[in-house]
Amino acid sequence: MNRYPLWVYVTIAVALALGLLYTLPNFFGEAPAVQVSSARATLKVDNAVLGRVEETLKKGGIQPTGVFLDLASIRVRLADTDTQLKAKDLIDRALNPDAANPSYTVALNLLPNSPRWLAAVALPMYLGLDLRGGVHFLLQVDMPAALAKRAESLAGDVRSQLRDKNVRHAGISREVNNVIIRFRDAETREKARTIIAEQLPDLQLADAGSGNELRLVAAIRPEAQKRTQELALKQNIQTLHNRINELGVAEPVIQQQGADRVVVQLPGVQDTAKAKEILGRTATLEVRMVDEDNMNGAALAAAQAGQVPFGDEFYVERNGQPLLVRKQVVLTGDRLTDAQPGFDNQTQEPAVHLTLDATGARIFKEVTRENVGKRMAILLIEKGKGEVVTAPVIRSEIGGGRVQISGRMTTVEAHDTALLLRAGALAAPMEIVEERTVGPSLGAENIKKGFDSTIYGFAALSLFIIAYYSLFGVFSTLALCANLLFLIALLSMLQATLTLPGIAAIALTLGMAIDANVLINERVREELRSGVTPQAAIHAGYERAFGTILDSNVTTLIAGLALLLFGSGPVRGFAVVHCLGILTSIFSSVVVSRSLVNLAYGSRRKLEGVAIGNTSWK
Amino acid sequence: MEFFKIRRDIPFMRHALAFNVVSLVTFLLAVFFLATKGLNFSIEFTGGTVMEINYEHAAEVDKIRKTLDAGGYHDYSVQNFGSSRDVLIRMPLKPGQNSAELSKAVLEGLAADDKTAKLQRVEFVGPQVGRELAENGALALLITSIGIVLYLALRFEWKFGVAAIIANLHDVVIILGFFAFFQWEFSLPVLAAVLAVLGYSVNESVVIADRIRENFRKMRKASVTEIIDNAITRTTSRTIITHGCTQTMVTSMLVFGGPALHYFALALTIGICFGIYSSVLVMAPLVRWLGIRSDDMVRPPRKEKQEAVV
Repeated sequence: MNRYPLWVYVTIAVALALGLLYTLPNFFGEAPAVQVSSARATLKVDNAVLGRVEETLKKGGIQPTGVFLDLASIRVRLADTDTQLKAKDLIDRALNPDAANPSYTVALNLLPNSPRWLAAVALPMYLGLDLRGGVHFLLQVDMPAALAKRAESLAGDVRSQLRDKNVRHAGISREVNNVIIRFRDAETREKARTIIAEQLPDLQLADAGSGNELRLVAAIRPEAQKRTQELALKQNIQTLHNRINELGVAEPVIQQQGADRVVVQLPGVQDTAKAKEILGRTATLEVRMVDEDNMNGAALAAAQAGQVPFGDEFYVERNGQPLLVRKQVVLTGDRLTDAQPGFDNQTQEPAVHLTLDATGARIFKEVTRENVGKRMAILLIEKGKGEVVTAPVIRSEIGGGRVQISGRMTTVEAHDTALLLRAGALAAPMEIVEERTVGPSLGAENIKKGFDSTIYGFAALSLFIIAYYSLFGVFSTLALCANLLFLIALLSMLQATLTLPGIAAIALTLGMAIDANVLINERVREELRSGVTPQAAIHAGYERAFGTILDSNVTTLIAGLALLLFGSGPVRGFAVVHCLGILTSIFSSVVVSRSLVNLAYGSRRKLEGVAIGNTSWK
Repeated sequence: MEFFKIRRDIPFMRHALAFNVVSLVTFLLAVFFLATKGLNFSIEFTGGTVMEINYEHAAEVDKIRKTLDAGGYHDYSVQNFGSSRDVLIRMPLKPGQNSAELSKAVLEGLAADDKTAKLQRVEFVGPQVGRELAENGALALLITSIGIVLYLALRFEWKFGVAAIIANLHDVVIILGFFAFFQWEFSLPVLAAVLAVLGYSVNESVVIADRIRENFRKMRKASVTEIIDNAITRTTSRTIITHGCTQTMVTSMLVFGGPALHYFALALTIGICFGIYSSVLVMAPLVRWLGIRSDDMVRPPRKEKQEAVV
């Protein structure tokens, strides 16, 4: 009656083997590494760059313990931190000849130290900021400002629509998120209403005022509001991504949280002030004309030497072509409402489609009409420094606010340019609502403290349980070890973030999981005392205790899930481990411990007694 | 080894009234302290800035205070944190203040006095986030309570659900009462500990409820009081051993976990101690008082009889 079929043992063995496999990387620890990633959206890290990195290291006499290329970056694993710093400097100098304008981000990082075959299947647990040190920000996007900006741009659209159709209004203004249009008579108002309803479907119109003080109140429709907010958040996240790339952070986390918040985590960054300065910076897009009069060899050569013609600025295009651009700004990024990658309708070439708001469209139409055959430059201005994104030739007058940039672009470039144009500026201001900085030494200290409390607690608990329940105590302890193994394997497998409260949860889960084994052992003792044969006592003990174990774990799980749902930050880290720990503990304390008992006693026909401590008193 | 060689059932229920009075008094005291002193919420809830600064030698708190006063800061608090070389500075929220500049300015001021001052940790929480955290914490407590009552009502009987949750919420209030009385800092990890204890203490009630149900089946002739007494006596050994084991882990956290886990472990300790008391001596009398009967737990085989009549 106390024998498991073979498949149960096989299942347990497989589970233990998998547990061991996924837990293993945590024992190897992490090695210092240098990570190379692209600093520009249009630049990719590929095999060519990998070759350059290897070449550089060879020249510098540094022998890396491993060089890896993945989708977005190259990682070079090194023997110690000294070579890490040396390698970083070498690679940085080789890949970024112009230090003021880096093409690649070279950052210090840590890589799992496990052998190659193991690293291919399993990764160590991901450590939270409180354990590895770094900066955590919670940024709140100012949605009212984003909506106000949208309303402002819609007011401009209304103005130019009414002008185009010759409707005479008595003034247009923005009040909070509404556009107010004043009229002197009802007839004009009706005319305007038809035009606006037709041309600007995002607006919801309502009448107000009386006599010759008539008004039309145009509010942004709820679905359009939602779209604006989503777009603003997405654009801000993209902008943050671009900016953080510059910081040279190895594994930044930038995530949306809720409807209007962004979490930014920068492991290893200590200089909060600099991080904040970079996050809060504003970038702008500018459209300017290329100075065709001076685009000749002599003037360009002079400009390159520092003799820039009056009213011009000297830039170098992406493809290395020098360019003289007028200082006068035709359009700014405020007028750009969207940028999407796509294809040219006629040539099927990859292209970027820009959408301008009404005012922008009008300016653009005028400028292109007057400058057919000339070139215009689209610049991204950041930190007071500009970069020419593209400088296309104007083929014809462009009206309607839809602009297409094409020519000499791959689909990837088109995609990246669209991204860059969208992400150049923040859609709405952001405010830091939560900040946490943890120094690296404090992180290491936290790991040690968490680890110590778990180990010493576990040791004391095991000693007691073995002393109290003898052989059954050994089984219980082994089951608890299996529980710990499963829990760490699961955390590594899911790449859940381990924090200090998470380590506390591991300790607490172990302390609570022993409950199931105590319940079982007490039941077995009780059965033995009532005179049942040992085999029957083991059987009844496990069977009777199971219902109780299930019930008590479900109630604990309810509390854990509530924490997971409503908790944030440290609480969530605790809740994840707590919930997973409850699940693994049911399996290990019931199935694993039972299998051990069955292996030890199940095959004996005549069992005189079991080693579960003294039960002979009556 | 065997600690609990109890041969006869202990008449817990005979003293139920006395236990209830004790728990009522503790509960009222906890409520009193919560009402008069209130909880000492951490900046996670109230908003503000916390800085942990490490010195190479023992930190001079008075000197730090003087430096902060000179810097024009008000309403701050400075205290040692963990060791004499670490200090914790708390700053209240001020409108229009930039946390990055604040922490930088404070550190510069302190480093001017003592070059070994090193910033270990900065935490800044805006007012809105704090309020949300408090709301979410309360919501988590509510959802947990409802979930547990529903589950126990489903598995056992509504009387058990109600009795268990009253008993265990009484634990929660007592933990909070301790935090209010000693003015210990109530932070997010403490909130997590409180909720974990709630789930854990309910285990205790489940184990006893399970035994009561089993006894109703087995001890058909016994009175309700005898059944409850027997259930509690039979599970005493398990109760003490389990709680002892969990407490071993928690004590280890208290000793080795450092200041970051201190209040977390403290909340667990109080919760575990009162968890035993409340499940045994609050929940069981409540169940009896709510009028549990054997019909509630053991359903007579009704269907077959009906078929026999037809």
